[in-house]
Amino acid sequence: MSMSRPIIQKIAGGIDRVYYFLKDSTLGFIAEIGRISVFGYESTVLLFAKPYRFAEIIKHLEFIGNQSVGIITLTSIFTGLALSFQVYLGFKLVNAVNLVGPTVALGISRELGPVLTGLIVAARAGGAMAARLGTMRVNEQLDALDVMGVNTKQYLIAPRIVAAVITMPLLTALFDFMAMVGSWFLCTKLLYLDHAVFMEKIRSTLEFRHIAEGLVKAAIFGFIFAVICTYKGFNTSGGAKGVGEATNKGVVVSMVCIIILDYFLMNLIRIFYLVTGIGS
Amino acid sequence: MMDNLTRNKSEFAVELTQLKKSFDGKEFILKGIDLKIPRGSLTAIIGFSGTGKSVLLKHMLGLFRPTSGSVKILGTDLSTLDDNALTLFRCNYGVLFQSAALFDDMTVLENVCFPLEEHRRDLKKDQVLEIAEKKLSGVNLEPKHFGKLPNQISGGMQKRTGLARALALDPEILLYDEPTTGLDPILTEMVDDLIVSTHRARPGTTSIMVSHDLYAAFRIADFVVMLDAGRVLLSGTADDFYKTDIELVRKFVDKGIKHQ
Repeated sequence: MSMSRPIIQKIAGGIDRVYYFLKDSTLGFIAEIGRISVFGYESTVLLFAKPYRFAEIIKHLEFIGNQSVGIITLTSIFTGLALSFQVYLGFKLVNAVNLVGPTVALGISRELGPVLTGLIVAARAGGAMAARLGTMRVNEQLDALDVMGVNTKQYLIAPRIVAAVITMPLLTALFDFMAMVGSWFLCTKLLYLDHAVFMEKIRSTLEFRHIAEGLVKAAIFGFIFAVICTYKGFNTSGGAKGVGEATNKGVVVSMVCIIILDYFLMNLIRIFYLVTGIGS
Repeated sequence: MMDNLTRNKSEFAVELTQLKKSFDGKEFILKGIDLKIPRGSLTAIIGFSGTGKSVLLKHMLGLFRPTSGSVKILGTDLSTLDDNALTLFRCNYGVLFQSAALFDDMTVLENVCFPLEEHRRDLKKDQVLEIAEKKLSGVNLEPKHFGKLPNQISGGMQKRTGLARALALDPEILLYDEPTTGLDPILTEMVDDLIVSTHRARPGTTSIMVSHDLYAAFRIADFVVMLDAGRVLLSGTADDFYKTDIELVRKFVDKGIKHQ
């Protein structure tokens, strides 16, 4: 009896620690989501307040959009090539190689296009946003803006959010198109599938709504990574180490959120189609 | 104690009443500061590291809200201002930060133009440039440096650019946050002289310097305020500090002067 008491106390202590760890983590996570949501809301509404920051928006459109064109083009072509080949290998087993084109087109436009574009742009532009704002924070540049009477959220955050929301659907459209170019090249030039059949099958299967749902998702992903990365950068503390951590957390959290959110958005879109009768 | 600061003055640029600040609700960084800084004076706030100097400065700037007590700047209680009003109110300040805090994607000239472009939208571009060039010349920065980025100029030039930017809107209150920390003795003296000449060239402007630099504080400031453990330990002129019986102040003054 006297031997078992310390063991029971140890087990109880362990359960206690696990309980408090889970409780603190969950509450901390919910609180962080709340803070990020408030930050995103406050920054977004400032878009409509004077002075309007058109020059800043254009600067960030160029940075997020224009400077991502190269990497999106490159990755999308190879995504189209790789995906088409895997689908081809599978469909060959059931003698349905004519369906490679539409299958790839649907997969790219609805899922892979927006998700991969979101991940790539979050890593490139989102990481840069967090690092830039974090550096401004630790170098007192954000304090300098504050004491100059400049609303930092309006000047620095809102233009980045709106630029991400505008550029993400455009980059996703580019991704979709270039991935299909890659798919077409592999299917018709390397695997010798019939060009006319490849195009006709896509034309008869792919609808505008399939592309549109990908573009809507992309805009939402743009909003998500811009808010998360700017929040992490804006609230950086602790010098160079803090900037590194903010950048890392901003990118990782954005990527995880994009992947998780994609699943829920997919279901929401299905429900929307069911309710409205679109595509039935 | 307060009388030394307030004699012959009836109006104050800064009035702090029982200012307390705690970030976690338990430990107080500021434990009830009462301080009045007269308009037009040059005041230095000194103290050991971690005594709350920077926290005090951030309260004056409205970057922190007090846990209790009040902060009045130029007669306005900052707690009565909402975020937007506070943002606009800050146009009354010019701040020279410890790191100069220049925007690293803007040239020297663009840094000084920035506050003018933000708040003086009535000015044409030529006028903005003219004012900015005048401010830069006023802090003895040569025109050949105007087009350079902050990382292409020396630390002293960065401080001067920071000061020119702080002066751009002709603020009523100038705040210097550790302006000479990390500078060599020659640059330190140059920055000190710049603070004095800027203050003298602008009668009516209140200058407040937060510093470790005891020698500079006694040399250039009209009044000196010493903080310790979140409270005002002593405030007065340099003479008051030399004559005081407060042991901690004597220790700080002796060690500080010997060190420098």
